Amino acid sequence: MLTKRIIPCLDVTLDESGGTVVKGVEFVDLIKAGDPVELAKRYNLQGADELVFLDITASHEGRSTMVDVIERTASEVFIPLTVGGGINSVEDVRQILRAGADKVTINTAAVKNPQLIKEASDIFGSQCIVTAIDCRRNTNIDNNQDKTILTLEDGTPAWYEVVIYGGREPTGIDAVQWAKKVEELGCGEIMLTSMDRDGTYDGFDIPITLALSEALEIPIIASGGVGNPQHMYEGFVNGKADAALAASIFHFGEYTVGDTKEYLRKKGIPVRL
Amino acid sequence: MPMKKIVIIDYGVGNLLSVQKGLEYAGASPIISSDSQEILEADGVILPGVGAFIDAMKKIEPMRDVIREYVNSGKPMLGICLGQQILMSQSDEGGLTEGLDIVPGRVVRFPHTDLKVPHIGWNSINIIQGHPFFEGVPDNSYVYFVHSYYVDTDTTHTLASCKYGIEFAASVINDAKNVIGTQFHPEKSGDIGLKMLKNFVGMC
Repeated sequence: MLTKRIIPCLDVTLDESGGTVVKGVEFVDLIKAGDPVELAKRYNLQGADELVFLDITASHEGRSTMVDVIERTASEVFIPLTVGGGINSVEDVRQILRAGADKVTINTAAVKNPQLIKEASDIFGSQCIVTAIDCRRNTNIDNNQDKTILTLEDGTPAWYEVVIYGGREPTGIDAVQWAKKVEELGCGEIMLTSMDRDGTYDGFDIPITLALSEALEIPIIASGGVGNPQHMYEGFVNGKADAALAASIFHFGEYTVGDTKEYLRKKGIPVRL
Repeated sequence: MPMKKIVIIDYGVGNLLSVQKGLEYAGASPIISSDSQEILEADGVILPGVGAFIDAMKKIEPMRDVIREYVNSGKPMLGICLGQQILMSQSDEGGLTEGLDIVPGRVVRFPHTDLKVPHIGWNSINIIQGHPFFEGVPDNSYVYFVHSYYVDTDTTHTLASCKYGIEFAASVINDAKNVIGTQFHPEKSGDIGLKMLKNFVGMC
């Protein structure tokens, strides 16, 4: 039986000395706190199904150190690796895949130039192109009749607007329509982040997760808002997500991937243990 | 004992590093090449694969005779993912395309149902026939899949199967038993996948 995937996400940045670190890691027992390769190995041992690395420096230096991080990780960790952050061109995709990544996530660059999704999936195959969609709830529905109107938890109607540049810039694009478009263009998976939930520990944004899961044929990775394993369960059952991504709950050592999977298994969710 | 020389056939784009590192981990000395002489002299050959069937066949077509000669020598070959698919007689992907025809069967797309396509993630396999490649691999082991097309063949040529709506060939074998295909990625399937790569190196 196909299992639901649990994916730890590592936000990789540079410290003062130019070394790579993972943002927000608070393990006490790590020799070198926040070393991305050590963390990747740890999560692999805990039973992570995949790993996502996000380059949050989005700089030239960041890119070259990221390539080094991927190469070192891929040499020791034999599970799928996805890399995102600042991927703007077919050449960027090629460089990252060659370093040992299996998939790339494309976010802002896809909104700016949707053909990038088509070109990249034609060349490298749909299976390695993931579109990252960041969105935010918009309750102004009067002037937005052409949008996909969903019902929020309290009954309020809203549509979800795609935002870019890390959530700083709204686009006026409807998230459901955008997801359908990138599916047509050939991407193989969607990584969905609701900015309303990101960093809140309140759980995934269920209305948009469910809407995308039901509207698309390709798998949906839910992201943003996980505070405990129960939220993962809700993402899979209520949001019909295929995979759940989380960062802080694992980085703070509050829950291991193994704990989370054990919890899900007891609640009847198929997981790889 | 000298290290086994394994050639990973370079016929496209994407991640070859993981297969290479996985084989090194398994104790072999892999090289990435598309050179005829290197292929014929290898102790083992890997046909990796990401991308589309037609593009892959276009690139592999000039190597068809060399691969055929290598396979006839009885030495082991492993086709991974798309590499398994191009071992087959033909594929429906992008119109009907001829494959290498080393294993009889056909590559078809998953039907449109409620199930998500591509089939992405860890799924369990049922081992149907004993083969050194699966030695020490328990039945129902989880391995990593990512594909929209699957291999349809008979049970004689199926080493392991997997269920995703339908039951399909997760691993195939040719008549001479020296050519194995896996729809899943052993190099991405953690310890159990590394075990299979070790088994493969042991066969070389």
